[in-house]
Amino acid sequence: MKITQMSVFIENTKGRLFDLCSILGKNNINIKALTLAESHEFGIVRLVVDKAEDAVEIARKNGFIASLAHIVAIEVSDDPGGLAEVLKVLSENDLNIEYMYGFVEKASDKALMVFKFEDIDKALEVLCKNKIPVISKETLNFSKN
Amino acid sequence: MIFNEKFETMKLEDLKNLQSERLRALAKYVYERSPVYKKRIDESGYCLSDIKTIDDITKLPFTTKDDMRDYYPFGLFSMDSSKVAEFHVSSGTTGNPVVSGYSKDDVDLWGEAAARSIGAAGGKAGDIIQVAYGYGLFTGGLGLHYGALKFGCPIMPMSSGQTKRQIKLMSDFKPRILACTPSFAMYMGEEAHSLGFKPENISWEIGIFGAEPWTTAMQNEIDRSLGMLATDIYGLSEITGPGVAQECHLRQGLHIWSDVFYPEIIDPKTDLPVKEGELGELVITTLTRTGMPLLRYRTRDLVSINNEVCACGRTAPRISKIQGRTDDMIVIRGINVFPTQIEYALLQVEESLPNYQIIVDRADKGLDTIEVQVEIDQKFFSDEIKGIEAVKQKIKKSIEQTILVGVNVKLVEPKTIARSEGKAKRVIDNRKI
Ligand SMILES: [Zn+2]
Repeated sequence: MKITQMSVFIENTKGRLFDLCSILGKNNINIKALTLAESHEFGIVRLVVDKAEDAVEIARKNGFIASLAHIVAIEVSDDPGGLAEVLKVLSENDLNIEYMYGFVEKASDKALMVFKFEDIDKALEVLCKNKIPVISKETLNFSKN
Repeated sequence: MIFNEKFETMKLEDLKNLQSERLRALAKYVYERSPVYKKRIDESGYCLSDIKTIDDITKLPFTTKDDMRDYYPFGLFSMDSSKVAEFHVSSGTTGNPVVSGYSKDDVDLWGEAAARSIGAAGGKAGDIIQVAYGYGLFTGGLGLHYGALKFGCPIMPMSSGQTKRQIKLMSDFKPRILACTPSFAMYMGEEAHSLGFKPENISWEIGIFGAEPWTTAMQNEIDRSLGMLATDIYGLSEITGPGVAQECHLRQGLHIWSDVFYPEIIDPKTDLPVKEGELGELVITTLTRTGMPLLRYRTRDLVSINNEVCACGRTAPRISKIQGRTDDMIVIRGINVFPTQIEYALLQVEESLPNYQIIVDRADKGLDTIEVQVEIDQKFFSDEIKGIEAVKQKIKKSIEQTILVGVNVKLVEPKTIARSEGKAKRVIDNRKI
């Protein structure tokens, strides 16, 4: 299952990330995962939130450049080699990962990772065949408390 | 619509005779009334009788912006200040401001020039005009105001600023014409879009935009985003406000009303005329003004001229859009760079918005650097660093191909570059020279 992620352009001014998070907070948007990708002059903040469409609209209204992207959240067993296992499957099937990052919180004793694939549909198929569990939007939202 | 058929379509030969006659009268007028001009003409080695035709204009002395400052406030008037109808002042970067005294006839002439301009842009009597140029010492607002009064266009004297109110009244009154600076037009366009207006909900069909340099590319952008025909108007308070020259609907240059504002194009370094079509400094003589007529005023604006009769029927010659200023040209590593070139380059790249700021610095080793800050457009935001880097490289390449100097491009968030509601500040030069 695809999960919608929000991506936001920010200039590397310290306060902007704070501005963004506080605007989202004020509007009751719950941040599940966040990562910052940087070049030396600007950054892209990627966030998994509970209401991505609303969040994008709120960000845009507040002057941010924001867009939606589809990602996949995968449960990785929290043992040594757990991530390597998943990556091995992905690589054997020629799936290109554009980027990946970890979740702030856990749904279970397993670690949650976010993957952005070049070809998300093919990725989902491969994951399914290899019995690698993909997390649904609902599961993510349930894990709120 | 042609406002004044007689003068706007006058045969070239008759026009030349009229200009000659007016020049002779002007030379006599200033010689008798202005001690400054009397002294300069006496010192020039020519006498009034040497001024026979308009071609003898080169025998007359130049007037510069520095003269305006040196004789501040009333020293260059050819009329006692008590007889003047209006004063207009433009701010200078150094020293005294520049003052122009308009007699009652000058105000009437100004209205005439602006009315011709409204007509050239495609306006007609009865069209509502929203004047969003500043009113006051700056000539923008009043110029279009007088022109519209003369033409019979109902006026919304908005002045600049109050963007939301401007848009509200536009949607209620449905003016056909908008007159303001091009950057304010773009700013209002953005505001209208963010308030949910579509181009078809925007009543403006004609834009009369001026008071700052802008490019054809920016013009096309305004046409598209506001669904209107954006035309360029030229003026300066020393000569008359907006209305000295104006594009007709064909937009192949700005008709300069040469029966009253006689243009010459010269090389700013040698002071000699350049060939038709070549870029040079625009020099204007006010043939019929009476309050503060000026001989051969050096505008510092760089333009070219085309003397061919336009397909619209007007015989007034056409000047190009302003290609730069003799004084705000930035010299980077020996190369002349004009902000308008950067704007042109940005409009070649669809991902960029023509909102930019140029920051010039001098690095430690004395090498000058240019940073161009460009606002990124929502439509082209990519989720990946490499996508944004690619846009940045594209912008950098486009600018470098245009100005032939290496630049750093910095992408910034939308609306972070200061938008003034009047003139846009495009260049910040941090070099201490
Ligand atoms: Zn024409």
